[in-house]
Amino acid sequence: MNLLINIFYLVSISLFILGLKDLSSPKTARRGNLLSMLAMFIAVVVTLFDKQIIDYYYIIAGVIIGGGIGLVTAKKVKMTAMPQMVALFNAFGGIASALVVLAQFIRYPDQLTVSGSVTTVLTMFIGMLTFTGSVVAFAKLQELIKSAPVVFPGFKVVNLLFHLAILVLMVLFVINPEKSGIKDLLGLLILSSIVGITLVIPIGGADMPVVIALLNSYSGLAAAASGFVIGNYVLIVSGAIVGASGLILTNLMCKAMNRSLTNVLFGAVGQEISGGEHAGKKPVTRYTPVDAAMILENAQSVIIVPGYGLAVAQAQYALQDMVELLKKNNTEVSYAIHPVAGRMPGHMNVLLAEANVPYDLLKDMDEINEEFQTTDVVLVVGANDVINPAAREKGNPLSGMPILNVDQAQSIIIIKRSLSPGFAGVDNELFYDPKTMMVFGDAKDMLMKIGSSLKKDI
Amino acid sequence: MDGGLIVSIYVFVLAIFAGFELINRVPPLLHTPLMSGANAISGITLVGALISAGAGESGLSTILGFLAIIFATINVVGGFLVTDRMLEMFKKEDKKK
Repeated sequence: MNLLINIFYLVSISLFILGLKDLSSPKTARRGNLLSMLAMFIAVVVTLFDKQIIDYYYIIAGVIIGGGIGLVTAKKVKMTAMPQMVALFNAFGGIASALVVLAQFIRYPDQLTVSGSVTTVLTMFIGMLTFTGSVVAFAKLQELIKSAPVVFPGFKVVNLLFHLAILVLMVLFVINPEKSGIKDLLGLLILSSIVGITLVIPIGGADMPVVIALLNSYSGLAAAASGFVIGNYVLIVSGAIVGASGLILTNLMCKAMNRSLTNVLFGAVGQEISGGEHAGKKPVTRYTPVDAAMILENAQSVIIVPGYGLAVAQAQYALQDMVELLKKNNTEVSYAIHPVAGRMPGHMNVLLAEANVPYDLLKDMDEINEEFQTTDVVLVVGANDVINPAAREKGNPLSGMPILNVDQAQSIIIIKRSLSPGFAGVDNELFYDPKTMMVFGDAKDMLMKIGSSLKKDI
Repeated sequence: MDGGLIVSIYVFVLAIFAGFELINRVPPLLHTPLMSGANAISGITLVGALISAGAGESGLSTILGFLAIIFATINVVGGFLVTDRMLEMFKKEDKKK
């Protein structure tokens, strides 16, 4: 029986891997997700045949409650709110793993091996840290609390003391789990929860893509660690893969922002910056939406650079309507997506896909950066730092960040409310470039005006 | 038992390598569905929760297991469904082809 269960677990692991492999192309991605679902289903059903399980009452109740909440959330959540949702789900994964090992210890307090107790404390620590850290990330993204970094004097010292205390409790537990094991674990639970909060609260809203990816990784590692505790390979393998995935994305996001992980976690970047000093000093070419429409109409090729401002203004659909008109006019249109264009890795692609933009027009930075030189018009909507040429120079906050080579295009149209600098607080000289046409106003409003004036002419 | 631990560590390390290979092939286009999908997979801890909640013991461990089931199931069901919802939106351009 045990052998049979393990064989099915192996099938489940294989299906998870095949499912993730299918995610390498948008053509097969949906099938891949279905394979992962099947893998999970097999793992769960097989577990129900485990001889340890004799009472199904709580299982059925729990699955119905959790499944119901999950179903409603998945159906109702807005695509712009995806980062918050992933953060919250990370939290749930983390706490579930912590609860599992706590329950395991309560059931078998005297059967712990050294490796069992080490992985127990590790799961508690990672699981609870993921839980509270993700809840804080959720609250920041949902704007329930201030998204700016929160720091107070002596923060680092206090944080260090918490970590030391955690280490002491871990060692105490491992040395002698039977003596005061449950007290150690509860202390660990509380301290790890506090450390999760102090980890995320000093991190600014714009750095959240990194934080969510990192916590995603942690939630996987917590699951893997709990797999060690209960001796289950499905948990170890799936958790390890999720952990690896989160680490890769964390790394990619750090590179795209040209920041080290340490700098993101401890730099407390993103205080309110009083910028825009240059505004008004240099001449700016101002265009009306009607002028912009004329330029676009005469262009052979257009690249659109969307930033998060586009999503904030809910202008994706207005943009797509306008693009449809351009396509009718035989203009070649594609989209240049910077890795940090949204609020989480790949977020902008989802937002545009929702507005019916075909995915083959969505190009990532490396793919499209060569094409700017040969493009007639670049239309920038709601993006700023990711097109700022200052990133190529030294000695400013943007230095070294990979940017989209918008400045190499023949002409540039930028839709923006004002000349204020982006999140990094660096003035964007592209706004004052003679080939740049600034269209001042709300993104949705302006795109609709451009659209209606195109409609008249085409 | 220590033999079991060694095997577990082998499995863990190899799975990390497999994970790196697999995930590096996912294009940036699909990074958000990847995250929500991976999120659902990390709900695999549900398997452990089922055993804690179903062991037929009255008391704290069952309650903890029950709570763990709720959290993990939200993660699994919500994660997979929202990923499917997103992937459904990714469509190729009609005209070409």
